[in-house]
Amino acid sequence: MNKKFITSVIMACSAFAASHSMAADDVRIALLVKAQGIGFFEAAHKGAQEASEELGDVEVIYTGPTTTTAEGQIEIINSLIAQRVDAIAVSANDTDALVPSLVKAQRRGIKVISWDSGVGEDGRIAHINPSSNSLIGRMNVKLAADAIAEKGKDSGKFAILSATPTSTNQNIWIDEMKKSLGEFSNLELVDTVYGDDLADKSFREAQALIKNHPDLDVIVAPTTVGILAAAQAITDLGLIGKVYVTGLGLPSELAGHVHSGAVHNFAIWNPIDLGYATTIVAYNLVKGESSASEIPMGRMGTLSLDSEGNGAMADPFVYDESNVDDFSSIF
Amino acid sequence: MTTNTITKKSRVPDFLPVGKLNKFVRWESFLVIILFGVCVLNSFLSPYFLDPWNLSDATFNFTEKALIALPMALLIIAREIDISVAAIIALSSTIMGLIAAQGAPLYLVVVTGVIVGGMCGLCNGLLVTRFNIPSIVVTIGTMSLFRGISYIILGDEVLKDYPDGFDFLGQGYVYWVVSFEFLTFIVFALVFYWLLHKSIFGRRTFAIGNNPDAAYYSGISVNRHKLILFVLVGLMSGVAAVLLTSRLGSTRPSIAMGWELSIITMVVLGGVSILGGSGTIGGVVLAVILMGMVTFGMGLVNIPGIVMTIIVGLMLMFVVSLPVLISMYKAKRQR
Repeated sequence: MNKKFITSVIMACSAFAASHSMAADDVRIALLVKAQGIGFFEAAHKGAQEASEELGDVEVIYTGPTTTTAEGQIEIINSLIAQRVDAIAVSANDTDALVPSLVKAQRRGIKVISWDSGVGEDGRIAHINPSSNSLIGRMNVKLAADAIAEKGKDSGKFAILSATPTSTNQNIWIDEMKKSLGEFSNLELVDTVYGDDLADKSFREAQALIKNHPDLDVIVAPTTVGILAAAQAITDLGLIGKVYVTGLGLPSELAGHVHSGAVHNFAIWNPIDLGYATTIVAYNLVKGESSASEIPMGRMGTLSLDSEGNGAMADPFVYDESNVDDFSSIF
Repeated sequence: MTTNTITKKSRVPDFLPVGKLNKFVRWESFLVIILFGVCVLNSFLSPYFLDPWNLSDATFNFTEKALIALPMALLIIAREIDISVAAIIALSSTIMGLIAAQGAPLYLVVVTGVIVGGMCGLCNGLLVTRFNIPSIVVTIGTMSLFRGISYIILGDEVLKDYPDGFDFLGQGYVYWVVSFEFLTFIVFALVFYWLLHKSIFGRRTFAIGNNPDAAYYSGISVNRHKLILFVLVGLMSGVAAVLLTSRLGSTRPSIAMGWELSIITMVVLGGVSILGGSGTIGGVVLAVILMGMVTFGMGLVNIPGIVMTIIVGLMLMFVVSLPVLISMYKAKRQR
């Protein structure tokens, strides 16, 4: 009996399906995020919409699972394959688990790229990092120089407040900062301390830095926990305007300190630009307007890919008094 | 032979009587009608719904869960529950990954996965039957235990050195659009149909679910029966772990996170009474396909996941409450 039912279901449905017209000729790009309801990704969606308006013939499908699971993303990839989208741009919950489904998507002619959080090389054509280690290192030193200029001095001393001594990212960035010191000869690095990415330890390390180096001008913290704790320490010690704090931080956490003057400016990647660049890169891949090593990304310039298909979008974006409030509600 | 005498002489129904229209208001017919409606709606909403390859892709999303829903139906009918199933998948997948990394051949990896699942089920079953602890308490504990072990072993590492040919199990096709996964599900659905509805084992399951004391005094070894059911759930979780690991091509301790609830949802939607004592495998199979088609259809029109969860929740409430509402309405009219 069930068989009969199922046959009739299929028969009836095919009749309806036949009456359907095919979708429009727009390039359909799916922006698949780790999970919905995260400010960072909502901002990236905003950037994708900006790109879609600029390009005209693009439909952006913003989608993601409810929780940050690989299985949830695979389920969505299956439905995107079924819809025959032209491109999938994914920020992955799992570097490896998504690869088999993304390989399948590519076999069915879909262009796949990853952004923000990448997938294995087999699973995508290109990966867009928001920035690169050398750009981040150089930006941190430049921010210190900005703060010293804000104090009205020609040269000054700065110290680094990092995460743990074994944090891979921070150690690479600190190395890059040291490399770019040659370019900023008016800066002197006096100390590097570790707050272990714990709020209270970072706070104490920042206070100790100020005690040990009374002539310190700037504390650079390339970690979101450290920059917040250092700004708090400066505020509590009443040293606003005497010692500046800068580094990598989140607008939502630092807006108050920017207004109080403890932080002159700071940097982090801009999710809007990232969503914009990702969409344009996906579009250019669909249209075939790319080479193996370079893909144009509109107002963000050109994405250069290394041998593994990784590319860096731009310098970290600088936030200060003028724009921090626009972003503090986003992330 | 024995099965025949049972069905002929004593007709114990597989489901609770629902009034005079018993035969027509069977849960399965109801699910078929809903499924039909969903398919019609989906094909209206998206031109991509009725494509054999797309439907085949859609089955991948629920097959592993469905494999566990089958023995889970038996367990719930026998008034027990196992919410550690997703954690069993994680542990089983982790151990498979470890021995695969040591260079174990394909068959050994698969057998290990299934056996680890069975051992986890045995552990649950022994705790429930030997120490008389409610199964929900035991399996809440083992849920953290099994996944905890995977986290201790793996941390933030990943295992992905699986032998050649392993990917066929979760990604391969047997014939045209029929995937190996889906075929496995069909085979096991038939096995469990026979087990629940055509064998003495199934009769005993219903007997225990309807009245454990009466079953005990009728000479059924209730505890041993429950132990076997827990092991079955464990073994099938092991099978699901093999297929899921193969489909993902890698193992992380967060694998199959949160699946226990969708599996139990499938069982309840399939008309298995959460209080035990009634239910059918046919209903569970239909519920599995219904859930799959609903989520796939919504995925095709890009309904956000959060809205999808709400719709599935409402659907479950509607479908489960409808028969109750109908019988209340009938009772009123009879008065």
